[in-house]
Amino acid sequence: MRNKRNEEKRGCLGSIIKKEVKELLTWETILPIVMIVVIFGMMGGVYSGVEEDVEEESIIGLINNDGSGTYTDILIDTLDGGAELVYNRTDEDGDLGELIDEGLEEVGNEGGAALLIIPLGFNDTIALGEERASIRVIWILEGVGTFDSIPTGSVSGLLEVARSKITRELVGGDGGNVDTILAPFEYKSNETTMIKGGNPVNAGPGDIIGALATQSMLIPIMIMIVIMFSGGNVITSMGLEKENKTLETLLTLPVKRRSIITGKIVGSSAVGLAMALIYMLAYGFFMRGFYSSSDLNLEEIGLSLGIVGYLILAISISLAVLGALALCLVLGSFAKNYKSAQMLNGPLVALTMVPMFITMFKDFSTLPLTGKIVLFAIPFSHPMIASRALLFGDYLLPLSGLAYMAFFTLVMILIAVKIFNSDHLLVGRVKKEEEGKKRGIRFGLKSRIKPD
Amino acid sequence: MAKSVLEVKDLVKYYGPLKAVNGLSFEVKENEIFGLIGPNGAGKTTTLRVISTILQITSGLVRVFGYELPRQAGEVRRIISYLPEDAGAYKNMTGKVYLGFMASFFGNGGKTREIVQEGIKIADLGRRINDRVDTYSKGMMRRLLVGRALMTDPRLAILDEPTSGLDVINAKEIRDIIKNATKEGTTVLLSSHNMLEVEFLCDRIALIDEGKIVEEGKPQELKKKYKASNIEEVFVEAVR
Repeated sequence: MRNKRNEEKRGCLGSIIKKEVKELLTWETILPIVMIVVIFGMMGGVYSGVEEDVEEESIIGLINNDGSGTYTDILIDTLDGGAELVYNRTDEDGDLGELIDEGLEEVGNEGGAALLIIPLGFNDTIALGEERASIRVIWILEGVGTFDSIPTGSVSGLLEVARSKITRELVGGDGGNVDTILAPFEYKSNETTMIKGGNPVNAGPGDIIGALATQSMLIPIMIMIVIMFSGGNVITSMGLEKENKTLETLLTLPVKRRSIITGKIVGSSAVGLAMALIYMLAYGFFMRGFYSSSDLNLEEIGLSLGIVGYLILAISISLAVLGALALCLVLGSFAKNYKSAQMLNGPLVALTMVPMFITMFKDFSTLPLTGKIVLFAIPFSHPMIASRALLFGDYLLPLSGLAYMAFFTLVMILIAVKIFNSDHLLVGRVKKEEEGKKRGIRFGLKSRIKPD
Repeated sequence: MAKSVLEVKDLVKYYGPLKAVNGLSFEVKENEIFGLIGPNGAGKTTTLRVISTILQITSGLVRVFGYELPRQAGEVRRIISYLPEDAGAYKNMTGKVYLGFMASFFGNGGKTREIVQEGIKIADLGRRINDRVDTYSKGMMRRLLVGRALMTDPRLAILDEPTSGLDVINAKEIRDIIKNATKEGTTVLLSSHNMLEVEFLCDRIALIDEGKIVEEGKPQELKKKYKASNIEEVFVEAVR
């Protein structure tokens, strides 16, 4: 008998979960995700194109009025080796203006980045060493987008290389050890960083932060997306129940209120998780190009999660999602329809975006006290905080986060169950217009269903 | 004498400071169609919602087939079926899928299929039962929902304005469906504004005004008592 009852309960729960999933997986919900994947794919493509641009040689033109000389030759060889020289003239007739016009036209036609003019006496000025020599550069900018500066940046880079080579030539001429003179001491190969007062790590802070960068970005974003998708789904589901006028019927079915709540939570989180995974795969693909893989092995320097760490992180993420969904059920009970349900997403967005941005750029331990209190009070911060704290063997903060989230989730579920067992879902709030005056008492704006 | 399957005694329901039901008492006998009649805001829907277990009781007693509310709400939900006045169905489902979803709460496997077949028979939507419900007309939607409400052979069907907003033909068909349901052993409690409809449909009626029953009895007896030609006149006389 009990087995039959349990089977029936599972059947009812399964029906609600199935219904929720079907209701939430519509073209209206799937299309934005597909769009995001396509956009990230396209952005990845654009970035790959940019990488190709960077690898391509820049196109330049040159007017050399200085002829030949040690330093002038170094400059010309460097430019010639790193860029494609499509215009190379000398001003023999004393008509520089005409040469510049001609050069600019030719370089511009070839899609070039700059026309360089080496003035007469360039080599001698450097050789004398009394003052700085100069060359003139006329840049050709075809666009003003960030990536449009890549060809000109590449030419700037070549000029830096040429300057460094000339410096070496000048220093080397004195007979000293060039590398020692240019960099009298070094520290890069012998760095040790003490992170958060823990064990020393044999790497520089830049390398460590760089190696953790993907993780620091991805985990908060992933948690934010899971919570926002799943939570938004719950609120939407409640809004749809009210808009389609199906909630009243659902509440009279022989199924426990907690099964309805569980069904909504499980269905919404399954859809939310699936959407978040698709989104994260696209995002991961997009981000892979931006962060060069670090040579630093995090495991070797002791910055990796053990089994316990992963377990705590998994529980932390699950509790955050569960707490968010319970909160959304409470928020969703205020939704009148699909449109108002979208408005109710606001608090959820704020509660996930704030910790995401804070934890992306700052560590919990380096925040001022007020920041720490605010971050700790937002339940969805904790998986973001835990993912980093656990790396450094800090278990106290993640565990206290778990306790806080469990408490928050429990309170939210109790409130949700109370709301589902009350009149609130159907009749909303009744306001008094005038104290003690019966005819003056009417249903306020927040009342949704007028009693008959 | 038929036994009483629904007892409502001194039912009071407040919405915040507003008293929507003011000491309502009535009984419904097995297999009868009992109608709650009254103007807008009289307390009909609130009473039906309380009996359907979706609103809390402020005070008073409600007992359905011996099960007391709110203590035994779970048991009550197993034997009742409620059709709200402005109910809808899940727009992304077909009529058949919707009936299947609702039937899944009352059994599984073969039992569910049986219930769905019964729902399809009652709704009588032909091939359109396989279309999405957001393509249905108001009449079709109501027929689907009546089918849903009666397909489980509920012991007590609670129908709020079952023919509200329907044209004459659709309204008559729904009334026929309700009449047939009582032959299968279902007791019906309904509410309506339509005095002619209740006269045709109900075995007994209760006239409600401002949350209170002002008169109760068989339509014919009430007409005789008030020397009225129809229930509308009875109501006007009763509330005067």
